[in-house]
Amino acid sequence: MAISFANALGIHEKALNVRVQRAEVLANNLANADTPGFKARDIDFKAALGNAQSQASSLPLERTSSGHIDPQAAMTERAALMYRNPYQPSLDGNTVDAQQEESRFMRNAMDYQASFQFLNSKFQGLTKAIKGE
Amino acid sequence: MSLGNIFDIAGSGMTAQSLRLNTTASNIANAETASSSTDTTYRARKPVFSAIQQDMMSQGDFGTGWSQGSNGAASAGVKVDGVVESDAELQMRYEPNHPAANEDGYVYYPNVNVVEEMADMMSSSRSFEMNVDVMNTAKSMMQRILTLGQ
Repeated sequence: MAISFANALGIHEKALNVRVQRAEVLANNLANADTPGFKARDIDFKAALGNAQSQASSLPLERTSSGHIDPQAAMTERAALMYRNPYQPSLDGNTVDAQQEESRFMRNAMDYQASFQFLNSKFQGLTKAIKGE
Repeated sequence: MSLGNIFDIAGSGMTAQSLRLNTTASNIANAETASSSTDTTYRARKPVFSAIQQDMMSQGDFGTGWSQGSNGAASAGVKVDGVVESDAELQMRYEPNHPAANEDGYVYYPNVNVVEEMADMMSSSRSFEMNVDVMNTAKSMMQRILTLGQ
């Protein structure tokens, strides 16, 4: 009986990926905190994770050329990228609230750590099983 | 989609903020640079920021915007479009004893508002720190992933 890593690792691997994507979007918001007209964005984590899960179970379409539209990338995480409703938009049209974004970024990093911890203990469990400890 | 992108994004933010700090320093340093004509007088400089839009054709990346419709593409950091000079009115002061005074005894001082510049300076240094924080966090996230399975 072979060990299926995909089944053994479960949701945490995908969660970690979505956390990284969210960190990127939030970092971009923070970098553009002083850009006039910039609109803050965020990922709907639940939707992105749900998409990542359904993506894994569906049969992928093959792309024979790099110019083809990646149907999965087009269908999944991108749809979950949305604009933030600002509490207090500034006069120059920028909707980044630096404090809010920073706290979200930190929280996301903590959640990342939690997902990582789960993933790591899954691996440790597998190692123990393989060694027969 | 990678943590490496965060370094680029935060790095672009730091570059932009340090340029802003640079123009502020230049403005404050030249706040009292008098001159005899309006053409040669120093004018306050301000950088213009804009968000970098990700390459629309790149595939497989997160948020490249093909199917997003009105949502548009995710951007990837900030860039400085250029530095513009303020066209606010110059300060004219009556100083007949000034070596640069014109025949009517007036000298022109730059349109630098020092209070505004100080506020700008604090704002840009705070934003810079924020980007450094982001980079540090991304670094520790990356280091953590390297310890996976250990």
